[in-house]
Amino acid sequence: MRVVIAEDLFLLRDGLIRLLEAYGFEIAAAVDNGPDLLRAVIERRPDVALVDVRLPPSFTDEGLRAALQARREVPGLPVLVLSQYVEQLYARELLADGSGAVGYLLKDRVFDSDQFVDAMKRVAAGGTAMDPEVIARLLERNTPDRALARLSPRERQVLELVAEGRSNTAIAQHLVVTERAIAKHTSTIFTKLDLQPSDDDNRRVLAVLAYLGR
Amino acid sequence: MSSKVIAQQSWPSSRIGGGLLAAGRGLALAGLMLAGVGLWVALAFAVTFVVLGIGLFLIPGILLAVRRLADRVRRLAGEWTGVDVGIPYLRRPGDEGPDGSGWRRLGWLLTDRATWRDLLWLTVDSTIGGVIALIPASLLLWGLFGIVMPAVWKPITDAGGSNWYAMIHVTSPLTAWLSVPLGVVFVLLGLWTGRWLITAYFRWARLLLAPTPKAELALRVRHLTKSRSELVDTRAAEVHRIERDLHDGAQARLVAMGMTLGAAERVLDDNPAAARALLIEARNSSARALAELRDLVRGIHPPVLADRGLADAIRALAMDSPMKIHLVADLTGRPEAPVESAAYFAVSELLANAAKHAHARGIWIDMRHERGLLRIDVTDDGHGGADASRGSGLSGIERRLGAFDGILALSSPPGGPTVVRMELPCELSSPKTSSY
Repeated sequence: MRVVIAEDLFLLRDGLIRLLEAYGFEIAAAVDNGPDLLRAVIERRPDVALVDVRLPPSFTDEGLRAALQARREVPGLPVLVLSQYVEQLYARELLADGSGAVGYLLKDRVFDSDQFVDAMKRVAAGGTAMDPEVIARLLERNTPDRALARLSPRERQVLELVAEGRSNTAIAQHLVVTERAIAKHTSTIFTKLDLQPSDDDNRRVLAVLAYLGR
Repeated sequence: MSSKVIAQQSWPSSRIGGGLLAAGRGLALAGLMLAGVGLWVALAFAVTFVVLGIGLFLIPGILLAVRRLADRVRRLAGEWTGVDVGIPYLRRPGDEGPDGSGWRRLGWLLTDRATWRDLLWLTVDSTIGGVIALIPASLLLWGLFGIVMPAVWKPITDAGGSNWYAMIHVTSPLTAWLSVPLGVVFVLLGLWTGRWLITAYFRWARLLLAPTPKAELALRVRHLTKSRSELVDTRAAEVHRIERDLHDGAQARLVAMGMTLGAAERVLDDNPAAARALLIEARNSSARALAELRDLVRGIHPPVLADRGLADAIRALAMDSPMKIHLVADLTGRPEAPVESAAYFAVSELLANAAKHAHARGIWIDMRHERGLLRIDVTDDGHGGADASRGSGLSGIERRLGAFDGILALSSPPGGPTVVRMELPCELSSPKTSSY
């Protein structure tokens, strides 16, 4: 699997390269600024781009804007955005085109390399990987909505994992239960929240996020 | 101190209502003038008795009473006619501090030029000012007298009273009836000129009651000194808080992490399972340290604000808020970073207040930049009753904005809605040209 990495801090870039190579990824290009990222994805057509939000030359959300532009120029390009902080605003911008294949994770998630690589693969395959912190803050909002309160603690836990972009299989593994039990939970959740059930992981995530964000 | 009530002129739209109101207000002003004469006499009395010693104790009280009277006229000028009369005093009531009594009070009262200008105003007001203020009511009453002349001329002349009405010698029913149209003319004149005369009165009063350019400069210096020291204090407290957060938080966690890693290294060969547990602990510790640093950074300068500016930062804030927030932003560029930050934290504080104290469910934010002013209106549908002088949150915002000569105006009747308007003088820089 071929990856383009955009990260301006040498130590982190180097660490990511080593980590991904250890897991059998091929590094197509490693750049340290926004314009170079755009050039690299257009020339190399990687399977997934791994992008830091804050990049030179502007040292603002350069990486995010470059990634969004890259997706406009290379439709469907899978992009996983890493950041020191997560903002719902940015999560929504990434999800806005509705075509999936996006991830938005805190840099800390790299610590757990198995999970991080799993997220990379999920995004490359057209799925979604949302940071648990984005989801937690969405749930914390305490919307006057009563529907969320109707969920059992277990259902809430499952909802969070669905929103992060995990498949039923992954959720079952995570919670150490059978996949059938999870399938039952998700269908109850979707009924309680009045969401259209769907087999497509990406559409599940979008539905849940749309629900939480309204 | 930097807050003020949004100025409004209050004249009824009808000519008659306005004229009558003007006459009433003129009478009220004349009443105030009478109080002024009383104060003048009291002051003359006190000065005469300085020799005996009692006078010295009376003078400060009388001078402060003069200030209160002058302040009332200044306020009425704004409320009744929209004539803006600034407060010229170097010290304001309640601002006296440790010098609030005795000799020193007399000292700073006498050295303030505004005190002497007040006294000059008091002297002249009892003549010129009083006359101007009384004209509308006098015209109305004199006119009414003319109109009722046919009914009253007889008893008056019978009693030997004066029988002249302006230039008419009232000696017969005919001449009495002739004074009716003249009376109507006087009434109309009174109604017509009332508003104009009251405004003229305040314009006149402004000459002596408003600060002179020199006093304005002195006040400005005073304001700058105060806001600067407040700013320095706030900054120092902020830095102290950050230092403490770093020391107790991230720094302590890094120390713990180093120790855990050291322990893991020691047991690595003998007990790999324990080493693994220690490594996991170290990793969790580093994640917590990062989370704490993230929160700290958000409190100092929110990343979205740095990246995108005010509108998007508030949009991001809205997404984390339990309330429904409607934002209209009309900004063509970005203010300077310190102003932007002050505006952001002000709005953030207002949102927190609205949710916490007013139990609001919806917020409407309107931001625009016009004629060198960044104006932000924040309206909520909560139960109101907010008071800038009591809520430390609001006065904190005022101080924050005050450092940039910004002001905050609040309207929060019990039952709501609460409307806060903030204005910050600033220029917008053109938006950064993006390569995407």
